[in-house]
Amino acid sequence: MIQGITIYELLTVTSILFFIGVYGFITRKNLISILISVELILNASVINFVIINKYLYPDVLQGVVFSIFIIAVAAAETALAVSIIINLYRQISSVEVKDIETMKY
Amino acid sequence: MERIIFYFLAFLIIIFAIASVSSRKMLRSVIYLLFVLCSIAGVYFIIDYNFLAAIQLTIYAGGIIVLIIFSVLLVHQIEMQLEIAKLSKKIITGLACLLGLAVFLVTLYFNEFTVMNTSTSTEVSEIGALLLSYEAGGFILPFEVVSVLLLAAMIGAIVIAKGTKLSESNKKTV
Repeated sequence: MIQGITIYELLTVTSILFFIGVYGFITRKNLISILISVELILNASVINFVIINKYLYPDVLQGVVFSIFIIAVAAAETALAVSIIINLYRQISSVEVKDIETMKY
Repeated sequence: MERIIFYFLAFLIIIFAIASVSSRKMLRSVIYLLFVLCSIAGVYFIIDYNFLAAIQLTIYAGGIIVLIIFSVLLVHQIEMQLEIAKLSKKIITGLACLLGLAVFLVTLYFNEFTVMNTSTSTEVSEIGALLLSYEAGGFILPFEVVSVLLLAAMIGAIVIAKGTKLSESNKKTV
């Protein structure tokens, strides 16, 4: 744990980070910007796992292992999303959300 | 001292996250995301999880950011301004997010956490042993599942990004 920092302050920071991510996810109209917002949301959840492990159960390591799995899944998700975006750009020359109708069915 | 460093890192995280979701230039928004991820690695360093901080720096700041920058450079002109949402939509979304944040914080501050004051430092070998142990509470099965997932994502990314068949059929219909 950090000297002089309570768990409430850390959790406040991660909550703010999470809602900034949600705000970006809703207001942005570009696929890559939406991907960036998803990264922010995932990072907020990873910090939550780590902090709760460190402050409430310091003698086990489950939170660390789960955050490693979250990072691995986020890496896989980003690689797939980037490949889908590049393929879409080749077909319709745009990555704006309003232009994407070929994936609707 | 640690207090000051933590407040500085929290300030950096929040400021750059806001800049990242509100900047109108694509590449700048990715670079702001890079600063957010590095500050998060700093938070891991000061709560003494060095291995996680190293993972954060290599995978997120090294791998994912480079992937996103590549896709930005392949897809956009750098100087292109992003389309912005309508002001009413922004205000409504911002209000909804503030409401959700208020609900989060109220539940958080009315909850009593039983914080342990013992501080143990973890070694990388303990994490490795836990990931590969067969006993109750070991993580060997999810570890293998994640390895299969990464392989599948790699093959899937190659197959999707090639995409020759789809574009040929598109040309025929046009």
